[in-house]
Amino acid sequence: MWKIITEALPQLIVAGLKYTIPIAVISFIIGLALALVVALTRISTKRGAFNILRWIAGFYVWLFRSTPLLVQLFIVYFGLPYLIIPGLAPTGIKLDPYTAGIITFSLNTGAYCAETVRAALLSVPEGQWEAAYAIGMNRSLVLRRIIIPQALRTALPPLSNSFIGLVKDTSLAASITIVEMFEVSQQIAAANYQPLLMYSLVALIYAVFCTVLSWLQKWLENKSSAYLQTTQGGAHS
Amino acid sequence: MISVENLTKSFGDNVVLDHISTAFPAEETTVILGPSGSGKSTFLRSLNLLERPESGVLHLEDLTIDYAQPISSKTTLAARQVTEMVFQSFNLFPHLTVLKNIIEGPVHVLKTPKADAEKEARELLQQVGLADKADSYPAQLSGGQAQRVAIARSLAMHPRYILLDEPTSALDPELELEVLKVLLKIHDENQSMIIVTHNMSFAKQVANKILFLEHGKMRYDGPTAGFFNSDDARIQAFLASMTFTL
Repeated sequence: MWKIITEALPQLIVAGLKYTIPIAVISFIIGLALALVVALTRISTKRGAFNILRWIAGFYVWLFRSTPLLVQLFIVYFGLPYLIIPGLAPTGIKLDPYTAGIITFSLNTGAYCAETVRAALLSVPEGQWEAAYAIGMNRSLVLRRIIIPQALRTALPPLSNSFIGLVKDTSLAASITIVEMFEVSQQIAAANYQPLLMYSLVALIYAVFCTVLSWLQKWLENKSSAYLQTTQGGAHS
Repeated sequence: MISVENLTKSFGDNVVLDHISTAFPAEETTVILGPSGSGKSTFLRSLNLLERPESGVLHLEDLTIDYAQPISSKTTLAARQVTEMVFQSFNLFPHLTVLKNIIEGPVHVLKTPKADAEKEARELLQQVGLADKADSYPAQLSGGQAQRVAIARSLAMHPRYILLDEPTSALDPELELEVLKVLLKIHDENQSMIIVTHNMSFAKQVANKILFLEHGKMRYDGPTAGFFNSDDARIQAFLASMTFTL
């Protein structure tokens, strides 16, 4: 048994570090940027064209939260090649699996994070806006200097949740032919007829990755909430 | 000078500002008094556009704002350069150190070089007696210290007027005193101030002029002595209600 494990483990870890983690990290960064834009659009009180933008933002969040991620992956990778737009995409939209995966994961996680970020932005007390306006800041400066830094600290735990969820969800990419960690475990299991051992092993590696990420979350939380401590230099421990 | 003509605002049927007209002389301290819910805070906040009356005209130095007309964001920003606001709940920025709270406006709004802004911020901290707190975060300060930082933060913007909205109402008497002392010092340096307060003895000592609001109406607008010696029954009743007697 040890021989099987020591043979499979390096292949799994390499696939994890080469595909699982990078796909999760890139998708999360794009998703987070998207989430911030969507959240800011949704909390804006501007009228006119912003009414339409707010509607689009709300529709996007609804769409991606109301449909299964696996179905979204299938639509983007297997479905879009059949979407023929005359002039723009006369032969359909064909994406390579990694692009399709990253686009779908980004859009999916972006929809969830948008709600997290929106709630966090709204949780910053009204007095912070007023104090910043009173010293003569315009809205974008207030957001950038005062509101967003405080909101991101509040949003850190739920955002970490989304990220950890995303790391595990990348296993769905196996279904659109991406040879990420879970796909590699399936291939090994098919060859050595050890499905229980292989899938348990890959589960363990996901658990290790996610544990390291929760440590990272804890460290970030301590670092970013140092200013809330009532004694100088102290931190939650 | 700041002056207003016919400021009017209502929340639903409740008229909180009823055709208020007055002027705030420069280099003097005007104290706004009145029972709770009389419109004092709304009035003060409409001087820096945190509150928008439905009608009336606001003159801020050479800037004129007609509240009945749409106000551009450029005008709003220009108007807020004339005044600074000190809030009852301090509203310091919790994620920034004391020093950074003070230089935030000068550096990012006035575009003062950071080194100059820091130098001045340290002088201001000295002035409010908190030179040793430059690197503390707001969560590490007492209420009195936080409000003194807020006062330093407002002074750093060199406003023509400082507006103070019940600056000591959230503080214990002991902490209140340290804030009032700082305000008295600023008053003595001829900083123009407009203060909403419930502290009568402080009002008596610091005010060059008293405004008394009741149900959104201006009931008194004149010198301090005249207010405290008034024979108006409503004012006497108000003063009696503010004094503790057994």
